[in-house]
Amino acid sequence: MDFELSNELKMFQKTIRDFCENEIQPHATAADETGVLPWDAIRKMPHLGLLGLQVSEVYGGADMDTLAASIAVEEIGRVCGSTGLSISAHNGLGCGPIVRWGSDEQKTTWLPKLTSGKFLGSLALTEPQAGSDLLNGAQTYAYQDGDEWVINGTKAWITNVSFAPVINVLVRTRKDGSSHDFSIILVEPDRAGVSVHPPEKKMGLKASPTHMISFENVRVPSQHLLGEEGSGFYMTMQTLDSGRISIGALSVGIAQGAFEAMVRYAQERKAFNEPIANKQLIQEKIANAAVELEAARMLVYKAAWVKDQGRDYTKIAAIAKLKASEVAEKVCHDAIQIHGSYGYSRDYPVERMYRDQRLMTIGEGTSEIQRIVIARQVLREFHHS
Amino acid sequence: MQIVTFTRSTPDTAAKVEVNSSGVVTWGDAATVVNPWDEYSLEEAIVQAKNTGGKATVIAIGPEMHNEALKHSIAMGLDEAVRVQADDLDMTDSLGWATLAAAAVQKMGNAELVIFGKESIDVATDQQVYQTARKLGWTMLSYVSKILAIDTANKTIKVEKVLEQGKQIITVKLPVVISVMKGINEPRYPSFIGIRKASKAVIPVWTPGDLGVSLPGKTSELVAYHNLPARAVQTEIITGESVQEKAAKLVDKLLEEKVL
Repeated sequence: MDFELSNELKMFQKTIRDFCENEIQPHATAADETGVLPWDAIRKMPHLGLLGLQVSEVYGGADMDTLAASIAVEEIGRVCGSTGLSISAHNGLGCGPIVRWGSDEQKTTWLPKLTSGKFLGSLALTEPQAGSDLLNGAQTYAYQDGDEWVINGTKAWITNVSFAPVINVLVRTRKDGSSHDFSIILVEPDRAGVSVHPPEKKMGLKASPTHMISFENVRVPSQHLLGEEGSGFYMTMQTLDSGRISIGALSVGIAQGAFEAMVRYAQERKAFNEPIANKQLIQEKIANAAVELEAARMLVYKAAWVKDQGRDYTKIAAIAKLKASEVAEKVCHDAIQIHGSYGYSRDYPVERMYRDQRLMTIGEGTSEIQRIVIARQVLREFHHS
Repeated sequence: MQIVTFTRSTPDTAAKVEVNSSGVVTWGDAATVVNPWDEYSLEEAIVQAKNTGGKATVIAIGPEMHNEALKHSIAMGLDEAVRVQADDLDMTDSLGWATLAAAAVQKMGNAELVIFGKESIDVATDQQVYQTARKLGWTMLSYVSKILAIDTANKTIKVEKVLEQGKQIITVKLPVVISVMKGINEPRYPSFIGIRKASKAVIPVWTPGDLGVSLPGKTSELVAYHNLPARAVQTEIITGESVQEKAAKLVDKLLEEKVL
């Protein structure tokens, strides 16, 4: 058992950290206030491989393993949750399905664009009336008309839609009431009949815009079908398993940012003639945060490692995402507590971090869904043994 | 054109550097970084090698800790890296350092341009730069803020230099040693491809024997390091009935201390 990162990964991590501290961190507050991602930094990301973390070098990617991809997302999240979410979604949800199931033609058409620094990728699953229960609730429907697919329906809470050259859209292509009803179709947002609604007004992650998107008799060529017809639900579940590791990494990153801010503040702020870091009640918060953060990070790294070993990672990905997102909540909460009134003000970054982390227990599967996934797997294991 | 540049690993600028109880300079277990001034010389070497269709080699002199800076250089895009190790070299002995540096450049054979960062942040000096130029017998141009042109056919280089009074444009014959200022370029981040290359790189080590030189006798002796004396700070809180009164008292104090 070896907990040491490889020399290459350590160097990659340090480079990403330098990049994030120089190019993203100085703009994180403004990004939150203006709702605009730090695009100057994003345009520089292809050089570092951040826009094609697990895309082949042939298509402009960095072809890294899941552990390296997780560390990259963690480092971005440490300085800016919004940028972290958009880059995580871009890599895992936007590029991921095309990398795994795209035809050579689809890969050649879309991946070089996606890794160029001009766009961010997107996946449209959720609908206004269906999030956790896509199987029964998702209504968006596509039928074949000659050599075209015709799509009707509405998707909600979609990240990066406004920056995507193409969106992976989950649609029903049959109405049998089974998991084989679904397919994923690649749709460019500028096709006739596509309407991107105004950005949602959110609590946090404000620079990473989230949109509703409607399809009204949208026609795309039949070769825009991703993978096999009827395998959309399976592809979605696979993509979410993988995306959960990334959201876990993002949660650890946001928590790490809050943790560093909290410790520094506790050492600087004086009360009763000494730094508050000398007070045991403050030390308790610092110690608990250190313990929880370490545990969450190890789970995320393990989930990434299990996936890289080619093993089934559904359970460990859910465990890592659940734990890391709940740790982010606790650590950011205590970071504000230690900052007192300053922590509640927008003058200190912990207020933004607290708002940003709040999505982590909701997006890419709520904590409740993670617990269902974990319990189902555990019960199955016991049933078999 | 063959370009040579030098670098070294120095304590992270955020690290607390101090003299410990045994009189040794230490920065705890803080990481080392590329000497910050060298980021500009490394970038300039990459750019000029590309512009002239040549090759850029980076050299570090000293123990194995300097491999970190060399690997960072490769990750940035330097073509080759070499480390020169002399077990009896005192890193504060700039003349010994320059003897090895000049010999290493000569071993390269066809180098015509040596680029240094403005200074080394660890020893806070740039005298090794001039000493290396002197040992090579090459022209020295310090504080270069821009390379305006390199004419490989006529073997000349035209640069902009920073002077106390302003700027100087100067053309000289190659070969030449230059030191470059911050702001001459925007150093690039290592690329993921470069990182991959750097992590696999095996860095050759040259000894004084390989270079055909022996270290000169030391002309200086390092007696001891001392920590800076702790600054005595006196704090006085100015009291008064109103903000205006406090401000007036503060201004009086500042005038009294000749701060204003």
